[in-house]
Amino acid sequence: MATFALPQRLSKSMKVQLLIKRILWYTFLILLALLCLMPICTLLVNMTRSHGDLSANGFSWWFGNSFAENWDKCFKDVHLPVGTALKNSLIVSTCTAVLTCYFSSLTAYAFNVYRFKFRGLLFTFIMLIMMIPTQVSALGFVTMMRQWKSLNELWPLIIPSIASPVVFFYINQYMESILPFELVEAARVDGCSELGIFHRIVLPLMKPAIAIQFIFTFVGSWNNYFIPALLISKDGQKTLPLIIAAVKSSDPSSFDLGKVYMLVAVSIVPLLIIYLLFSRFIIKGMTEGAVKG
Amino acid sequence: MKKSMLALSVITVASLLSLAGCGNSTSSAPEGKVINIECWNNEFQQRFEAFYPDFDKTVTEGGTSYDLLKDGTRVNFLITANDNNGYQTKLDADLKAQGDAAADDKVDMFLIEADYATKYTASSYSLDVKADVGLSDSDVSNMYQYTKDICTVDGKLKAVSWQATPGLYAYRRDLAKEVLGSDDPVTVQAALSDWDKFNAVAAQAKAKGVFMLSGYDDAYRVYSNNMAKPWVDSNKVVHLDDQIKSWIKATKDYTDKKYNDGTSLWDAQWQKNQGPKGDKVFGYFYSTWGINFTLAGNADPDKLGNVSDVTKSLYGDYAVCQGPASWYWGGSWLCGAKGSDNIGKVKDIMQKMTCNQEIADKITRKTQDYTNNIPAMNAIAADKTYGSDFLGGQNHIALFKESAAKIDMKNACAYDQGCNEQMQGAMKDFFNGTTATLADAIAAFKTKLNAKYTGLTYDSSFDNVTL
Amino acid sequence: MKLDKNGKIIPGHVHYAKWGYIFLIPFMVAFLLFSFIPLFQTLHYSWYTYYEDQLDTVGPTWAGFSNYVYLFQQSTPRTFYFFGIRLGTMTISDLGYYTLNTMLIWVMGFIPQIIVSLLLAVLFTDVRLKLRFQGFFKTVYYMPNLIMAAAFGMLFQMIFARSGPVSSVLLSWGWISEPLEVSSSTWQTRLIISFLDFVMWFGNTTLLLMAGVMGIDQSIFESATLDGASSITVFRKITMPLLKPIFVYVFITSMIGGIQLFDVAQIFTSTSGGPQSSAYTLMMYLYSLIADKKNYGQAGALSMLMFLVTAVLSFTVYKTMHPKYNAEKDTIKCRKRRWKEYAGCPDTIAEMALARPTGPVSHEEEGR
Repeated sequence: MATFALPQRLSKSMKVQLLIKRILWYTFLILLALLCLMPICTLLVNMTRSHGDLSANGFSWWFGNSFAENWDKCFKDVHLPVGTALKNSLIVSTCTAVLTCYFSSLTAYAFNVYRFKFRGLLFTFIMLIMMIPTQVSALGFVTMMRQWKSLNELWPLIIPSIASPVVFFYINQYMESILPFELVEAARVDGCSELGIFHRIVLPLMKPAIAIQFIFTFVGSWNNYFIPALLISKDGQKTLPLIIAAVKSSDPSSFDLGKVYMLVAVSIVPLLIIYLLFSRFIIKGMTEGAVKG
Repeated sequence: MKKSMLALSVITVASLLSLAGCGNSTSSAPEGKVINIECWNNEFQQRFEAFYPDFDKTVTEGGTSYDLLKDGTRVNFLITANDNNGYQTKLDADLKAQGDAAADDKVDMFLIEADYATKYTASSYSLDVKADVGLSDSDVSNMYQYTKDICTVDGKLKAVSWQATPGLYAYRRDLAKEVLGSDDPVTVQAALSDWDKFNAVAAQAKAKGVFMLSGYDDAYRVYSNNMAKPWVDSNKVVHLDDQIKSWIKATKDYTDKKYNDGTSLWDAQWQKNQGPKGDKVFGYFYSTWGINFTLAGNADPDKLGNVSDVTKSLYGDYAVCQGPASWYWGGSWLCGAKGSDNIGKVKDIMQKMTCNQEIADKITRKTQDYTNNIPAMNAIAADKTYGSDFLGGQNHIALFKESAAKIDMKNACAYDQGCNEQMQGAMKDFFNGTTATLADAIAAFKTKLNAKYTGLTYDSSFDNVTL
Repeated sequence: MKLDKNGKIIPGHVHYAKWGYIFLIPFMVAFLLFSFIPLFQTLHYSWYTYYEDQLDTVGPTWAGFSNYVYLFQQSTPRTFYFFGIRLGTMTISDLGYYTLNTMLIWVMGFIPQIIVSLLLAVLFTDVRLKLRFQGFFKTVYYMPNLIMAAAFGMLFQMIFARSGPVSSVLLSWGWISEPLEVSSSTWQTRLIISFLDFVMWFGNTTLLLMAGVMGIDQSIFESATLDGASSITVFRKITMPLLKPIFVYVFITSMIGGIQLFDVAQIFTSTSGGPQSSAYTLMMYLYSLIADKKNYGQAGALSMLMFLVTAVLSFTVYKTMHPKYNAEKDTIKCRKRRWKEYAGCPDTIAEMALARPTGPVSHEEEGR
């Protein structure tokens, strides 16, 4: 990235203007940041409070002292497979994100670089399907899985994500604005195979977009309750949102809000870690990946 | 393979029936090795593990856990949360697929709640507990009649319950002294023994700055459980009972006069008002599970125990009385699933958990859950040493048992869940003034109900309803 | 191989076309199998009477358009308010009312979302302002999206409860005279849900737009600023045009997301749909038809209607932002601009993009 220099001599009034602008914008940014941090902080605070405290006192700014108690209740409960759920969520989300990103890119590449019959039609077709709420196809999907005797398995949560119109659409738009066709032509001249071009040239260029969609897909899959709830009822295959729902709807004698919030916090921490890791990667990738001619 | 399993099941059932007369609970024919019980939460699982005599231990294996009986039979609790109607959706699909399911995957038992019990008991998917499962008349003779009435269809008993959930009015002693001058349950009951008296006390409470009820739906079930006709008849015609109309009238009255604090069941403020830091509410209509779990938890959020300062904790400050009517709230029933390959075990579980006096006694003493066994409850009621610490030593079982005997619930129907929920929802807007008129609110009720059930029509009881 | 009229092979990418098909196969197969077939079944049931009545299944039997007619016929008297002031009562079709709810909530959430995201995308790339700690801000803004909708709804129910912090603060400032009771106010419920939607998703939108902006060569911005362009000019002439494909994506997916608004509204109102069903969105209605009423005929009909509306809206947006490439008009326009080698020209639909480079070309190569 070329370095540059701002016009050296800024007049005093311009400097003051700039300073005021900076203050205003920083204030705005900080307020917005506080707004975003607040839910996370509240969650972390709530996981340290006991059920009685949460239920009677509602919102609280400060931590409680029931962290150990809530932790024990979650992890020592024989009927609450937290470890397994974490593992299942991890498997499902990672595989989903990888498959979605890879195949959406492949498909977007197909639409962007190749001209083939029915191209426009297929594109429109995929766009149309994007507009139908997922809940609508859910029922038919569940019936299909039941017929295939694939209830209580993880693969129905993963394999269908190969076809994700929303991710495809984004990568397509990104590719459209970023991919110069000469690159592909040059690579072909150099003797690269089509798949090779895709893997070695195009994918690296798409890094920022893919990284972003990876995170989004991962998070979406991790927090997904709807489809897993319809498919999975055995403890061994449950994902985190399912056990959180189970704890939320405990019978009155064992209902414990502290446990619920603890589980929610447990669910968020891996997401935070993955997100923080990836956001660094995005920023790195963006500075490297800017297209030059 | 399937044919031989079917033959085996038939032989098993036949042997059971023939053995039933001997009162022998073990079957001589081999059964499946896995029992699958479907439910929406872990309540029955907890009771099962703690009180079923044949329960051995919980095994955690490879990230999942299951229960083992002493003879090596495995018991799986398949829990699907109720969110978005998830439990019933799953249960229905599983029951319909029972024929194709592998023997170990077949549903053997499932739990149902009062509000939608009729849906399953009236269907062929639940087994007749006497004819099909093998319970005898003497087995079920100790159960409270209303728990049997709800689940009796065409003279067949289709489900049994280990608990009874009669309702009471739990009032605050300190407020009772303030408003009525006494906190003695007998005196308070005399002052609240019918709705007219109850309303009179509400006015007195208001004068002292105390809300009689916390919200709009608190008294709902006291009215709805005493309806003269069911919500929906066999022709799918919906009827608005006079009791519901009374509820609407009374609650609108209370809201306008600010005798209630405008909360909805289970919302944050409703829970808070049960404790020391909320607004002053005279009492709550609650049933068994409510009092010793929810109310107890909310009354003492900081877990201070029995302190006399009511601004810190209300533990020990609540007492119960019958209230203006007999009623019940909720309850879970056990059904045997048609197509089960474990009829013998199902019978044994049902017998031990719902018919056995000794076990019932243990459950109540240990968990304070009110069990469905008349002699056991009578014994505890008469036990002078038994009392609830939370209620300041009052023997609430004694009162519950009186209430339970008077409940008459022949008017349950399969549409209760939807009708009750949507009526409360639609009327809330009317009470707080969001919906302008009662006619509009009733129209809204119909709309909401039509979004839950297909093919309903409404009779003339919905027209020209005035307060 | 394609031959022209002289029998010569047409050069170009035609013979690569088969690769297009090959690369498409995994997507299409998964798509047809797991999305299209179930979807088609649902939509196809819209012309049948097909529902579950307790434990019995009724249908499917042919019903023509009766499901659609049923949906359009349902109506209920509703009382309308304007920020708490009662306007009057009117009997309005249920479909219309739920659409109104969906649109109101969506607009109130979406407009701030797009504005703030664009603003942030621009702020972070403004070379003069050179805002620091960008990494921190960007990271934080996305965080609300990590929380699952159920937890989000629970949290904010607590925050806006009668004895919660918002109520106490507003009371102490004297803005309200009685504690806040959101569940009895239609406009408050809708506003809060829009707000929740905003908080949950604006980080998402910002990141997407940022990725788009980051893909633009930084040197363009630098040169433009060196040449004396103001922030606004940079935004209008460089950022927006280059960002257009991504912006179209964001706009359309937000719109679709808005029409399908469900999670937050469902949880925040504890599935009741809010006071007088003011937060009852089309998606909640559809969901109720599928999960509660189990009337697959009506659910299919509603899905079809929602799909048609979404399709019409989306295509309108797409075509408006992606007009067909007109070479002459484009050239004239381009010559009038200073940075004519950049895509200040209208974006073309994907086909035309193959004929010429669409990406920005670096200044240095042009000898500037």
